Amino acid sequence: MTELASLDEQELVVRLRRGDQRACARLMTWAERNDPRFAVQHRAFCDELGVAQRIGITGPPGAGKSTLVEGLASHWRESDDRKIGVVAVDPTSPFTGGALLGDRVRMSRLVLDPGVFIRSMATRGVFGGLARATDDLADVLDLFGCHSIMVETVGVGQSEVDIARSCDLTLVVLHPGGGDTIQAMKAGLMEVADIYVVNKADMPGVDRLVQELFDVLELREIPEDQQPPILTAVASTGQGVPELAEAIDGMVRDRRDSGRQAERRQDNLERRIRRLVDGRLRHEVWQARGLSDLLHQRLAEGGKLSAYELADEVLDQYQQAAGHPANLLGNISQTDPEDSP
Amino acid sequence: MEQPIRVLVAKPGLDGHDRGAKVVAAALRDAGMEVIYGGLHQTPEAIVQMAVQEDVDAVGLSILSGAHMTLFPKVKEHLNRAGAESILLTGGGIISAGDMDKLEKLGVGQLFGPGSRLADLVDYIEKEVARRRTATRSA
Ligand SMILES: Nc1nc2c(ncn2[C@@H]2O[C@H](COP(=O)(O)OP(=O)(O)OP(=O)(O)O)[C@@H](O)[C@H]2O)c(=O)[nH]1
Ligand SMILES: [Mg+2]
Repeated sequence: MTELASLDEQELVVRLRRGDQRACARLMTWAERNDPRFAVQHRAFCDELGVAQRIGITGPPGAGKSTLVEGLASHWRESDDRKIGVVAVDPTSPFTGGALLGDRVRMSRLVLDPGVFIRSMATRGVFGGLARATDDLADVLDLFGCHSIMVETVGVGQSEVDIARSCDLTLVVLHPGGGDTIQAMKAGLMEVADIYVVNKADMPGVDRLVQELFDVLELREIPEDQQPPILTAVASTGQGVPELAEAIDGMVRDRRDSGRQAERRQDNLERRIRRLVDGRLRHEVWQARGLSDLLHQRLAEGGKLSAYELADEVLDQYQQAAGHPANLLGNISQTDPEDSP
Repeated sequence: MEQPIRVLVAKPGLDGHDRGAKVVAAALRDAGMEVIYGGLHQTPEAIVQMAVQEDVDAVGLSILSGAHMTLFPKVKEHLNRAGAESILLTGGGIISAGDMDKLEKLGVGQLFGPGSRLADLVDYIEKEVARRRTATRSA
């Protein structure tokens, strides 16, 4: 076989379409590295995307997310032979830049199945439970012909809810040993669930957790037919997995037919574009124009400085260097903080 | 900006404990690498499949069972067959200098025996991956 490095980008995508896993993996690497070749290819294949259903899987550390991904994938492989893609995200250490990506350990049953493609990725400095290029990797799996793509987020605390904005449907996985899970959920996780999975139903405390969930949901006063269903499972034995798979498929079908899926995808696309623009502006300001250096220089001069004063100074410099109209800068500082990665 | 090195750490074969592999994985992570931990009891085929999908720069195997003379060559063979010969294959275990030489002739990278320091492994992977990345870029 030829070395990938010697292939041009079109050839890589041709190979990917033929089912070459190495080509698929390399295109993902380009996306992760922000290699301009990825953006070029993305423009070319983007009208083929959107075939796969994208399922987000989130929940506290150790809840059984990876085990559940393995269970769902095995189930779908057996029931209708559909091709499965998995993206598993784990945190990058802010101190060393390194990461331990350990989700595969719970998915070892899937490794030798040619109909399953699993990719681990590190957050590389992004908060919110996903990495910058998670959507790109899911796109590559979509192009690769996967029918169902599961994205496992980092084990969340409370505010990592980006997943809901990048998939068609979000599972929130909880387990009875999770401590004050419900408490944490009131702070955000609550809003993103399309389906709740109470996992480790073989452990004590399941009934109580389900009851607590019902109570919290009741407080939200959502119409009955829009309440996210609560399912129980034992991911490690597969108990409850077929029912969960069916609930997911059913919900995907309903939303596709009702147009809700299209609406949600449109919202997700808008946020993704905003994130891309934010990221490029940030790069433009700090790196491309060398304003990081300017800031360090000013800080090194010492003295008491107002943060606002320095921020104005940086933006003034940017404006001069870029020759942009003032209102552009107004927009930058007004960027919705929620949308920034 | 230099891209983080991606390494797959796995433990092939049948012996039970994965403490060694976990210690290695943690050391590589602390050195700033992205470590995909593949877990215990992996077959050579499974290790190569993981390495391909993860598009890693290197594979590090921990082999304490004494089966290194069959396992390293098998993994290397599967890497070559998958067209992934540019991935560095390294690792450690209870391996004699003579065996290390034989494996090196098969295209396996430097191996680390008992008593070697983790810092040496980290160093070796950093240098060797940098060298291979430059080599493929200019190819
Ligand atoms: N008793 C019991 N244990 C389970 C069940 N599902 C998973 N586990 C175990 O729970 C532990 C954590 O499972 P994972 O699948 O790694 O959980 P996770 O949510 O992916 O964990 P992180 O990715 O680290 O956040 C493992 O030891 C599993 O074997 C279950 O249904 N019952
Ligand atoms: Mg996990």
